Amino acid sequence: MEPAVHLRAAVSLLGRFPALAGVDLDVARGEIVLLQGPNGAGKSTLLRTLAGLHPVVSGTAEVLGHDLRRDRRSVRRQVGLLGHATMLYDELTVADNIRFWARAAHADPVDAEAAVVALGLGGRLRSVAVSRLSAGQRRRASIAVLVARRPELWLLDEPHAGLDAEARDTVDDLVRRAVTAGATVMVASHELERAHALAGRVVTITSGVIEPAPVVEPAPVVEPAPVVEAAPVVEPGPVVEAAPVVEPAPVVEAAPVVEPGPVVAPDGAPVPTETTGGTTRVP
Amino acid sequence: MFRDALAVAGKDLRIEARSRVALNQVAPFALLVLILFAFALDPDSGVLHSATPGLYWVAVLFCAVLAIQRAFAIESADANQDALRLSGLEPAGIFLGKMLAICAQLAALEVLLGLGVVVLYNSPPTGWLLLVVTCVAATAGIAAAGTLYGVLAAGLRVRETLLPLLLLPVLAPVLIGSTRAFEAARNSTPSQGWPWVGLLVVFAVGYTVFGAFGFGPLLEES
Amino acid sequence: MISQPAQDDRGADVADGPSGTGSRGTRILGLVVLAGIALGAYLALVSSPPDVNMGDSVRLIYLHVPVVTVAYLACGLVTVASVMYLWKKSAWWDVTAAASAEIGLVFTCLTLVTGAIWGKPTWGTFWVWDPRLTATAMLALLLFGYQAVRHLPGDPTSRARRSAIVGLLVLPNVFLDNRAVTWWRSLHQGTTILNTLQPKIHDQMAFALVFNIFVGLLLAAWLMIHRWRLAWLEQQVEVAELDEAIAERRAEGAAPGTPAPGTPTPAATPTPATPTVADPTPATPTPASPTPASTSARTEVQP
Repeated sequence: MEPAVHLRAAVSLLGRFPALAGVDLDVARGEIVLLQGPNGAGKSTLLRTLAGLHPVVSGTAEVLGHDLRRDRRSVRRQVGLLGHATMLYDELTVADNIRFWARAAHADPVDAEAAVVALGLGGRLRSVAVSRLSAGQRRRASIAVLVARRPELWLLDEPHAGLDAEARDTVDDLVRRAVTAGATVMVASHELERAHALAGRVVTITSGVIEPAPVVEPAPVVEPAPVVEAAPVVEPGPVVEAAPVVEPAPVVEAAPVVEPGPVVAPDGAPVPTETTGGTTRVP
Repeated sequence: MFRDALAVAGKDLRIEARSRVALNQVAPFALLVLILFAFALDPDSGVLHSATPGLYWVAVLFCAVLAIQRAFAIESADANQDALRLSGLEPAGIFLGKMLAICAQLAALEVLLGLGVVVLYNSPPTGWLLLVVTCVAATAGIAAAGTLYGVLAAGLRVRETLLPLLLLPVLAPVLIGSTRAFEAARNSTPSQGWPWVGLLVVFAVGYTVFGAFGFGPLLEES
Repeated sequence: MISQPAQDDRGADVADGPSGTGSRGTRILGLVVLAGIALGAYLALVSSPPDVNMGDSVRLIYLHVPVVTVAYLACGLVTVASVMYLWKKSAWWDVTAAASAEIGLVFTCLTLVTGAIWGKPTWGTFWVWDPRLTATAMLALLLFGYQAVRHLPGDPTSRARRSAIVGLLVLPNVFLDNRAVTWWRSLHQGTTILNTLQPKIHDQMAFALVFNIFVGLLLAAWLMIHRWRLAWLEQQVEVAELDEAIAERRAEGAAPGTPAPGTPTPAATPTPATPTVADPTPATPTPASPTPASTSARTEVQP
């Protein structure tokens, strides 16, 4: 079966700006790939280009067998994109939104219902207008729309941002189940800790180009330095030390984006850091 | 395609039902326009009465511009245009759906304006059949052209100024035709009005067909 | 009107590294047009007789009619070029649409102005709601709208497609406007003033008129060629800018402060080396385009 994603020297434009300046990337079906890089590197653009939203002006770009240079619309039915914006109608309720987007995608209403319930939106929240939900709840609704569509390729741009721990676990769980069912997943995230746990492979993008890093294990980006916010998880050592930023204090839930993850001892013993008493999952 | 159209039309009308922008803002604006005309033209001299058909349709055009801008403003928020592109809906279906929703809102506004004109300008309606058919044809044409140019202007920061510039010259034949038809109805010479209705129908059909094809590419580029 | 540097006298092909849009062909054409205008003016102003009814003011038709002809032809060309672009997807047609729209707009406005100038002595007012004049005013508005769409920000392909769809509708809209307005005005038989728009054309006047129309078409062709080449060169610059922008972007991640490697600009570097800033606006090249090497490789101009 052809790879899920095959890019060679792909250049993609944002207006007149080459957000992707020659990207080489191969993703096989069933992989979970973590996409990381500094701000402005092109992570979001890469995901959106794979969804067929941006034109690829040179190079080769094939996603799920569709040639993006010739026709970037045909791939969209099989792709699910979770972006920064909610992609929901503020004035409508959660139920209305899910119903509309599921109908649009010819999704099974049963799947839609299951997605709503899985993301904790059943019950009262179902009939609340999206504008009145909290940011985290809106995110969950956006994810529910994606899940209901059952896409073959999941493109998740910062999926964990704004979610509480339970929702994050749910998202990870849904991702794993989707992959088991045959989907491929690409995640762009600054939450390196959690994303590394999820991903089978890491790809780094800088300035519109993917760095030819060794593709093997969940090795982090080498530079200990400048732009990366979270502490990379290094090889097994006594204590995961490298993070100057991390303190084993309770991580408060309200923090929306890009907090350094909790400290985990490599032998698998969970270090309870949440006041709710949940344990962090360790692969 | 028709299923998609119904889904989109239903969605748009549901949004309108929840947010009530057409009801709370555009409808009062319609009446405001009528009143402004009365200020500009002497209400005692009978000018309002004789100019009623034209004033009516000018008011309809202004309201149409607002309604169309609103129809696309809801799509510009929260990357909903991206969502529409990704959704798997057929572009022609989206076009028809939006057009139907705009038609419905315009129809309601036209009824309201009709009442306003009867009351404020003392112009009781005559020649009902001609009036109604004219309204249907004109509304379809306005909605079709408006949806097409509306999506063009949609994602842009200059959309509020671009849409009227693009749309109103295009709608000139509709204005001329519907006004003449209304005048014919008023003068009880409907035979003079029906040819104009023919023009309106040609316009509406032409723009509906073209819009169904042109909407997709324009949605991509917006 | 002919403003060309003395240099590239050699070939008619712009591909030799242009600093202007002139060439031998256009220079000859320009001279012919100049001569034609001189002769046409003589015919119009001196040798042809004044009209029995209107006197000397009829001479304006020798200017007005050619201008109208060009305006409507240009408008038709916009639509044709837009259709062809959507069909063939070649940039050639897109540039043609852009150039003819601009020329069409200029000439349409000229039509309105000359019409108004003619109107004052003839009808006593600057404007009458004559169907043709009114339809021409609508055409001007439609072309303004087209220009607005053409100048929207975005990458060249999406701009071309958007403009093509709007441009495609120009001719049908003008046609509909024309029909509607003509029909509308024909209802008002009171305006006998309309009859004075049709002066009786004798042989000499006919000859002068046809000659001037012909000169007008040549002038339009000359303008069109120049405008087309200018637009084409602008597009080439955009392509070159894109290459630069790509190279700059790649260099962002490399050592900051180094100029972008492999930029196609040999000598003059129009962009300062600021590779660490992810600047979404590409650098504007200096007016005397310093990328002759790359544009010459790409410019294949057929007038």
